[in-house]
Amino acid sequence: MTSHDEPVIAVRGLRKTYQVPEREGGLRAATGSLFRRRTREVIAVAGIDLTVASGEIVGFLGPNGAGKTTTLKVLSGLLHPTSGEVRVMGYVPWERPSAFLRRMTLIMGQRNQLSWDIPVIDSFELNRAIFQVPRDEYRTRLSELVELLDLGDLIRKPIRNLSLGERMKCEFAGSLLHRPEVLFLDEPTIGLDVTMQRRIRGFIERYNERTGATTLLTSHYMADVEALCRRVIVIHHGRLLYDGDLSGLVSRFSPYKTIVLDLEPAEDSIEGLVHELVGNERWIVSVGQERVTLRVPRSETTGVTTRLLTALSVIDLVVEEPAIDEVIDLVFATTAESGELAEASTDDPS
Amino acid sequence: MTRADRVGGLRDAYRAKFRTEIALQFAYRGALAIWLLGLLLGPIVYLVVWTTVARSQGGAVAGFSAGDFAAYFTVLMVVNQLTFTWHFYEFEWRVRNGFFSPLLLRPIHPVHNDIAENLSFKLLTFTGVAPVALLLLVAFDASLQPSAWHIIAFVPALMLAMALRFLVEWTIALAAFWLTRVSALNQAYTVALLFLSGQVAPLVLFPPAVQAAASILPFRWMVSFPVETLLGQLSGEAVLVGLGVQIAWIALALVMLRLVWRLGVRRYSAVGA
Repeated sequence: MTSHDEPVIAVRGLRKTYQVPEREGGLRAATGSLFRRRTREVIAVAGIDLTVASGEIVGFLGPNGAGKTTTLKVLSGLLHPTSGEVRVMGYVPWERPSAFLRRMTLIMGQRNQLSWDIPVIDSFELNRAIFQVPRDEYRTRLSELVELLDLGDLIRKPIRNLSLGERMKCEFAGSLLHRPEVLFLDEPTIGLDVTMQRRIRGFIERYNERTGATTLLTSHYMADVEALCRRVIVIHHGRLLYDGDLSGLVSRFSPYKTIVLDLEPAEDSIEGLVHELVGNERWIVSVGQERVTLRVPRSETTGVTTRLLTALSVIDLVVEEPAIDEVIDLVFATTAESGELAEASTDDPS
Repeated sequence: MTRADRVGGLRDAYRAKFRTEIALQFAYRGALAIWLLGLLLGPIVYLVVWTTVARSQGGAVAGFSAGDFAAYFTVLMVVNQLTFTWHFYEFEWRVRNGFFSPLLLRPIHPVHNDIAENLSFKLLTFTGVAPVALLLLVAFDASLQPSAWHIIAFVPALMLAMALRFLVEWTIALAAFWLTRVSALNQAYTVALLFLSGQVAPLVLFPPAVQAAASILPFRWMVSFPVETLLGQLSGEAVLVGLGVQIAWIALALVMLRLVWRLGVRRYSAVGA
């Protein structure tokens, strides 16, 4: 269906608005709404363009209500967009042709798809039949997934007897038995402990290496994104803020680096000296007798560091990029202040 | 993919679903037993009431003897057990909690999931219903002597009734796409069904207007008709006409189901799945 150079996912001008009933609290408003219903339009996605090439793992970032889940639901065929053009492997997702459904999967961290009460392996067998996976292929893939996810005996137990992390691993296995070429992962590691997050992450990476599956994932855990995604797409209030590699995101939205110097204890106050050396009050975060912390524009980092190193007796020096979490915070804070998108809703419409 | 592949795939899916569903029912043996008891209790109550009434009236009510009532309600119990569905109770919960979405993402129409669930549940519970029915027939001295052709005609009448009731009730269940609380609608339907399908009393005991309504609407054809057929209350001609009416209703119900399904899914995917 798709030729070689054609993107696997192509989205143009995607918009999704919801009509939500609106009324104030209280009995009067409740009776009033019996006669006249007021609805308000909530913009979940306000016009997004993006393309994803075959085999890419793309991280989809944004705060709650940014429109991430809505976008994933449109791409997987659960939601009809208000307008815009979407093709996934050449299919129109919301028409849900079975050929399309057999080639992709949507895994939601907060939702179970496997049957609660029967052994996991029975649910797998059902998925095999529904997705029409030939038996010999099914056996190969199952043993591969059991090994990759370290499932072992878990598959003989009912889901309800498994821990959250074990359940998630089984969800992954169950959703990948038909070897989808496109994976939509919505918060796949949510609620999991750090070790389990790391395992799931490692698994996604290996699955992508082995099968070349195109993967679009949302996560609130930056560690997921840093480990998996060379490319990130940031959306906020339904609009695309950034599309590019992770390091580019940092330099674009955080033009500063942090410099921390540990000093030999000095007799006199060094504050005046530091001010003079740095040359700009605003770059100084804190000055103590034994430690100086600065936040300096990228282009000035080398100059400032050199001046400080020559004038002070430095024991240790660290120059850091800000943590990606901080950058993301900064991105969302900046756009919120600018007020240009203040119309959109802040509650998660999904 | 050829048509033969598709049919083969569907058969495979049904087989797998039967297996998991039966495993599931066995996981909840206790709940299943209670369900079964609930299913049996209603008809047994009516049976006891009506046979008592018949006896106190000097042996018969409008031509129905105590034995006739016993036969009617016992067969009704079996037919009701085989035709009933519960999906409209489930749909609201499915839609509200987002359990519908995974079904939509399978390359197979969700109706197949429910048909398979329904049939496997019937299969299991029938093994409990059949001995109870035999016991009732003997205990209440039921007058049930169907001729061979009544038994033969009963089979298609029952199967068509199962299909019709399933399609109608599944279509009604789809109302959950529009209404967040469908219980009121379900309740209204259940009451209409109770009276118009002959579950409270044989339809012939109702005023002509009610009988006409039951025959014009699909209700009689979903439950009462196979019972009437097995009890030998209908002429050969009436049975043939009845089977025709059943087929016509099924065709109409299929069209409705497809239409409502299309609109419902469009609505579901517009408001947020």
